Amino acid sequence: MTTLTSTSALTSRPLWRWRPAPLPKVVLAFILPITLLALWQLALQQGWASPHILPPPQKVLQRLWALAQSGDLSFHLLTSLTRVGWGFLFGLLIGIPLGVVMGLSRTAESYLMPTFKALSLIPPLGWIPLLILLVGIEEALKIIVISKAVVTPITLNIFKGIRIIPAGFFEVAKVNRLSGWQTFHRLILPATVPSLFTGVRYGLSNAWMALVAVELLAASEGIGYLLVWGRQLFQLDLVMACIVIIGLLGLSCDALLARTEQRLLNWRRSAY
Amino acid sequence: MATTRHHLDPRAWALPALLVGLWALSSYLGWANPDLLPSPLLVLDTAYAHWQSGELTTGLQASLIRDLSGFVAGSLVGFGLGALLGVSRLAENLVTPTFNTFKQIAFFAWIPLLSMWFGQGELAKIILISMAAFIPVTLNTFEGIRSVSRELAEVSQVLALNRRQIWLKLILPSAAPQIFTGLTLALIYSWLATIGAEYFLSAGAGVTNPMLDGREQFDMALVIYGMLVIALLGALFNAIAVHLERRAQRWRSHL
Repeated sequence: MTTLTSTSALTSRPLWRWRPAPLPKVVLAFILPITLLALWQLALQQGWASPHILPPPQKVLQRLWALAQSGDLSFHLLTSLTRVGWGFLFGLLIGIPLGVVMGLSRTAESYLMPTFKALSLIPPLGWIPLLILLVGIEEALKIIVISKAVVTPITLNIFKGIRIIPAGFFEVAKVNRLSGWQTFHRLILPATVPSLFTGVRYGLSNAWMALVAVELLAASEGIGYLLVWGRQLFQLDLVMACIVIIGLLGLSCDALLARTEQRLLNWRRSAY
Repeated sequence: MATTRHHLDPRAWALPALLVGLWALSSYLGWANPDLLPSPLLVLDTAYAHWQSGELTTGLQASLIRDLSGFVAGSLVGFGLGALLGVSRLAENLVTPTFNTFKQIAFFAWIPLLSMWFGQGELAKIILISMAAFIPVTLNTFEGIRSVSRELAEVSQVLALNRRQIWLKLILPSAAPQIFTGLTLALIYSWLATIGAEYFLSAGAGVTNPMLDGREQFDMALVIYGMLVIALLGALFNAIAVHLERRAQRWRSHL
């Protein structure tokens, strides 16, 4: 990528003058978090904030450790991950066929897309009161809310992915007399992998958001529940520990997806 | 885009008409428990009553002010940070890893902490909303400025433009489309955060009140009406976002 800070033969006057000797990126990355931690510590030592409102960092760490030791962490994490897993699975099972059907058929698009878009205007949170009255506050509620959050990006991205396949490719498939399954397997599937991945990425981040929301609202276990529980007990160290866990989950999920995507796209490149 | 076509296409209305027809029929024939599926007319009645009593206007006003304050605050901070990260490699290396970690935390997870620090009132809500707007604006401003072409930057150096001219003539116009994309996303995210804030930080008027009250009172008509209000507002924000995005596209093609 080109940047304004890069020098060139033409440069008589740099756009950005201050250019200190470069430190390794890893070192730079830790400066801000360490400064924040130091400020946090300082605020407590100077008595700017009470430990009830701002628990010391080491207490948050101790809390994390205690949660991990007692098995509470794995229990709540497992519950939350199971919910996301099911919700995501149902989201894919509904989203992919819907996207494929609307992508392949203009008629299906004309009938279904406007309603689909209208329904997706109501965010998952908006469905919760209705769903609570219809299905109660058990697992079904959580899984439906998460699936709903996943379906929208999956469907729309698959749809777009199919629509950007050049018409010529379908003609080639026809000329070569590929069967329906072969067309799907050889043409549609490889061509939509990148869009599917965009969809999966958004879907997963939506799924986490929906999970946290629904667990904050109605749950007796799970990471979101732990968060509310900590809030109710005024134990901010627990609240912060949960935020750290949610952040770590998000990070690892994202990293995992990025790796899988790279692998699948490599496969795609070598296929051509 | 294909989306504009749907409004004119009668086929778009087939499915909704079928669903509403089924709904009306089933409540007319008493197939469904009226507590779970009230008649469409009852929903209309509820809507009318809510509008008459002035609750709708108060709620709308409160929510929109909340949403816009958070959106503006978050976008301003996001633009500032994004611009800094865009022009300075050092700032990028210092801040981006922390920012990317922060970004991964689902923003609803901040609600318990925010409510402890800032109470259940407007302040906590607006902070949450601005956090939602902050992330996409920062990312897109950053990327927009990074994508300013090197050739143009060199030309501006040859022309010996000063700092202000470089910003006004080079950086901002080139980055504008991407910044608009960020603002578009921020508009949608801040709306989601507004709903979330009203949900979890209960206090005061807002558009989600009918939905929440309806759930508490087991009044399905009120819940459905509340969802319709949310959907219509969602449609409004979406339309604004699409419009902004188109503007940005036109801008891009002018360049």
